[in-house]
Amino acid sequence: MSDQQKFKEYDQMVKRMTPNSQYFQGFVRAFWVGGLICVLGQLISMAGEYWLHLDQSGVSMFTSIVLVFLGTTLTGLGIYDRIGCYAGAGSVVPITGFANSVAAPALEFRREGMILGLGAKLFQIAGPVLVYGIGSSVVAGVIYWIIVRWF
Amino acid sequence: MGRVGKRTFVYEHRPAIRGWASIAGPKEGQGPLGHTFDAVSEDDLWGQPSWEKGESEMLRQCVEKCLEKSGVALSSVQAVLCGDLLNQIISSSFAARALGAPFLGLYGACSTMIEALLIGGALVDGGYLSNAVCAASSHFSTAERQYRFPLEMGCQRPPSSQWTVTASGSMLLDGEDRDSLAVLTHGTMGRVVDYQITDANHMGAAMAPAVADTIQGHFSDMGREMRDYDLIATGDLGHIGRELLIELLTRRGIAVDQERLIDCGDSIFSKAQNDVNAGGSGCGCVASVLCGWLMRRMEEGELHRMLLVGSGALMSTTSSQQGESIPGIAHAVVIERRKR
Repeated sequence: MSDQQKFKEYDQMVKRMTPNSQYFQGFVRAFWVGGLICVLGQLISMAGEYWLHLDQSGVSMFTSIVLVFLGTTLTGLGIYDRIGCYAGAGSVVPITGFANSVAAPALEFRREGMILGLGAKLFQIAGPVLVYGIGSSVVAGVIYWIIVRWF
Repeated sequence: MGRVGKRTFVYEHRPAIRGWASIAGPKEGQGPLGHTFDAVSEDDLWGQPSWEKGESEMLRQCVEKCLEKSGVALSSVQAVLCGDLLNQIISSSFAARALGAPFLGLYGACSTMIEALLIGGALVDGGYLSNAVCAASSHFSTAERQYRFPLEMGCQRPPSSQWTVTASGSMLLDGEDRDSLAVLTHGTMGRVVDYQITDANHMGAAMAPAVADTIQGHFSDMGREMRDYDLIATGDLGHIGRELLIELLTRRGIAVDQERLIDCGDSIFSKAQNDVNAGGSGCGCVASVLCGWLMRRMEEGELHRMLLVGSGALMSTTSSQQGESIPGIAHAVVIERRKR
């Protein structure tokens, strides 16, 4: 038997014997926790509108700030990682997950100093999101500009 | 003599295992083997300001405990052979700095403890050393930040992932001790085996072929089979890796007695424990299970001859990011109870 065949056979054996993630359970948990975070965001934005009389852009800014604050605080208290363990994408995708991905390395690497530890590692996980988020929005902007200008 | 077959050492003078000790962290202490460790710490920092210093301190305490149990002074230790999972094996070298004894740093990932016994046994048997401390450690929090994510990062682990054990184990080999409980009789060197597994969350699958290769090599060098051993303990394949190993061995025509084949990563945690998934891993896993549960069973007369097979996944974060597959290695040693 050639090596390639041997590896392929082993790969099939590994796939057969490795249990899959429990997708349905994962979907349900992600749905309700993610949904709850969104409901919370909606309540925060309504509160901003009602009590602070903020306009549309003020409200979205206010909501983001409060959610980031909550995500960071729960990370600092050691609670957000447990939520993440339970909810998976449900707590990773909302902005609170983004806050968690910045706060977690900040906590972890501060022992290596403020510059090379905290400073350099702060965006270890969120960095790619920022790079490709900002990068793709620039590309989208250029396309939008071309379409509006010439068509 | 000194050697048999292709890669098996025969320790002619049968170096004595004069003493052993194991220390574990809180989660391991709550596991099914919690009562078998010499010490379980409630503080996984061991009173230190960082995880790395904590791991190093745990290892140092473990070596001292082993010496205390053996009745040997630190000043008469001729060498410490030791390793861990961290870059440049800092836990071991910093512990060795505190110990002050001659130090040989080793890296074999989770196979390190067995590699230390294999080499330490040869040095003691050959008369280069009259005694040697063999030890290894791992720590969940130091390994996690080096290999995966920061601790407070909220993400899920797949069912095939393993939990790095916070523990260390230490053994003192002595060439002159004639009334120790157990002796080291043979050691088989592993080859690097790679079956092209790339999933860093499936270490058991990456290492099982290496373990099968070493067990097969050991049996053919020695002319032995599974029933010649009361126990074969692998470390650390986890429960999925153990199943894969059984299938690999069976396909190679080796009769497997499942009762006699255990995996340290599978034994150290119970499946009900949070997030351990496929089981434990890390240098400290096989080290602490050997220097705790298994040596106790030997002491109680339940085991007379066992084969320890330590397996390591020899990748780094760099090699994984560059898309390389995960090479595995497994070393084996035979420990026998002295007939009295």
